[in-house]
Amino acid sequence: MTEDTQRTTSATTSTPWVGLKAAAFWPLRLVMDLVDRPLAWLQATFGQRAMVVFFLLPNLAIFGIFVMLPLVINVIYSFTGGSALFLDERVGVGFEQYQTLFDCRDFTDPFSCRQDAFWAGVYNTLTFMLLQVPAVALTALITALVLNREMRGRGFWRAIFFFPVLLSPVVVGLIWKWILERNGLLNALLNGLGLEGTVWLGDSFWAMFWAIFVSTWAHMGFYTLILLAGLQSIPRDLYEAAAMDGTSRPRALLRITLPLLWPTMLVVLILALIRAVQIFDEVYVLTGGGPGTSTQMLVQYIYQTGFAALLRNLGLAAAASILMGLVLMVLTLLQLGIAARRSREVAG
Amino acid sequence: MGAVRRFVLRRRGGDRWHWTDVVAWTWLVLGLILMLGPAIWLTLSSFKTRSALNEFPPTLLPLTTETRMVEGYEEPLELYRVTLEDGEERVLAQVRRVGIVAQMVDPDDPGERIDVPIAAREPVRTTELATENYTEPLERFAFLTFFYNSVFVTVMATVITLIVNSMAAFALSKYQFRGRGTVLIFILATLMVPLPVILVPIYVVINYLNLFDSLWGVILPTVATPTGVFLLRQYMLTIPDELIEAARMDKASEWKIYWRIILPLTAPALAVLAIFSVMWRWNDFLWPLVVLSQRELYTLQVGLNAFAGELNVQWHYVLAMTVLTMLPVVIIFVFLQRFITSGVASTGMK
Repeated sequence: MTEDTQRTTSATTSTPWVGLKAAAFWPLRLVMDLVDRPLAWLQATFGQRAMVVFFLLPNLAIFGIFVMLPLVINVIYSFTGGSALFLDERVGVGFEQYQTLFDCRDFTDPFSCRQDAFWAGVYNTLTFMLLQVPAVALTALITALVLNREMRGRGFWRAIFFFPVLLSPVVVGLIWKWILERNGLLNALLNGLGLEGTVWLGDSFWAMFWAIFVSTWAHMGFYTLILLAGLQSIPRDLYEAAAMDGTSRPRALLRITLPLLWPTMLVVLILALIRAVQIFDEVYVLTGGGPGTSTQMLVQYIYQTGFAALLRNLGLAAAASILMGLVLMVLTLLQLGIAARRSREVAG
Repeated sequence: MGAVRRFVLRRRGGDRWHWTDVVAWTWLVLGLILMLGPAIWLTLSSFKTRSALNEFPPTLLPLTTETRMVEGYEEPLELYRVTLEDGEERVLAQVRRVGIVAQMVDPDDPGERIDVPIAAREPVRTTELATENYTEPLERFAFLTFFYNSVFVTVMATVITLIVNSMAAFALSKYQFRGRGTVLIFILATLMVPLPVILVPIYVVINYLNLFDSLWGVILPTVATPTGVFLLRQYMLTIPDELIEAARMDKASEWKIYWRIILPLTAPALAVLAIFSVMWRWNDFLWPLVVLSQRELYTLQVGLNAFAGELNVQWHYVLAMTVLTMLPVVIIFVFLQRFITSGVASTGMK
């Protein structure tokens, strides 16, 4: 009798969960225990060093095959031509691909270039960077300052601003495409205010505007969290001391918060820059690069040239991607340098 | 009135409202509308019928005009509430519209035609969810296939990511060996190489490996993540080495130590990485777009983009499919929001 009741209580409380967990992990457990035998043999024969190699191997192999090897192939590829895919069938052309990319009568006018789409991509990406990075940094800063205040439901508000970050670029692009439709919500709201709407994505100025807006909307929450972490590391007593001296809140913001937040802000700016150079998916889904080539970005040029075009030119795409990679490398080294300096400052 | 105002404006600590409070709350409310509004609008729209989607200005809720079969007419007719010239209000069915005049009949007595100026009629509307937006794509398009592909890629990539990255993190945190620093730098260096830079050569490598147009071609290049290795390594460094020494005394193999001792203790960090990996792989777009050319292999994101990019965008289907694509992420977010935001704040990864 007692045994029976015990069994029922344990069955109602913990067994379903434990059972479910055990069932989910059972195949994994089996595999992991099965490989133990050969691995124990490996360890016994070759020693612990072999095990270190074994633990590192899968990761390093994947990095090697899918990151390092491609880097080498990319360089070789950018010096070859033809339509063959595999390296041994491609013919060396020297700097021809790069010359094609830089074949311009007037570098300020993309249409005077042989690869006008490349230069359109370069200039659009530049425009995008110059406007989106400040926009995303500024909105994230304001949001972080607001969220850093003493208030109820801070977790809720933080979640609200972070929500779009998790949406896929395709979903982000489609949501806004729907809002910006001719019959869409935005035009309806403008109509309600007595204003005239327009075909937003059919106009090159507005298409770029919305590309920047949408991508700011989608990524702001991420940078907000980083800035928020930076704000929370500023010692509270600084503000208390300032309040004691009768410093006004705006003055405390300018004299205490912003200077102390600057290192974090620098990280945000560079992360945002690295992102902006690679901008592709949400803009591609939103505008398709159009109208014309007015929102076509550098990555879209690489994708179109190498993969989507009827006459695919992988060599040209490789050359363009190497040029982009150089820019990104400079930015990343800058970021690492700043991060190293910061950690030294913290340590010292 | 004064009491209400005091109640609304009351603050902890009894401070007066500062102008910065007003700015802050304006920003929050604006943010609430702007951040959540679009997704809510998408969801509301996805339940509208095709004709309701074409309406301008759009209504907030999915409304449809009621229809009714009327004797003598083959198609169901739309019902309108009509104010007649003598001021009487009646519900009539519209037969056709000629310019600014609508020809209507009484649905109960369809013999007599009544001409009504279109300004004097209002459609009879009810809220109706157009669930066919959701059910039809399931039957007519390969939506379920896309869904299955996405789930397969996400689950497989996440499982492999966890195993492969935790193995490397274990070796890098619990063993002293020559070249450890080099390996760490090597892994860190891969952070500098984002996908667009090596798009062409990865594609070539995938073709060498015969993985083009295969879901494994989508999965494999993504499973080793430098951020994942570092997150797990930092966490494993906090696990005391004595545990491992004790296990070695008991003649446990190194693999057993990894699998039976270290992994269970790393569970919190593994959970964070798992959540992120699911998000990354579910939302991946550019790489699957390049590697998958057959429609039946498309993941949701690629399929959705292809479908939305067709010449005649069938918004009623696209919106419903977008909602379904968004749904898993929203569910994860609602339940695991705290993990995600703290994970981002502490690792700076996304």
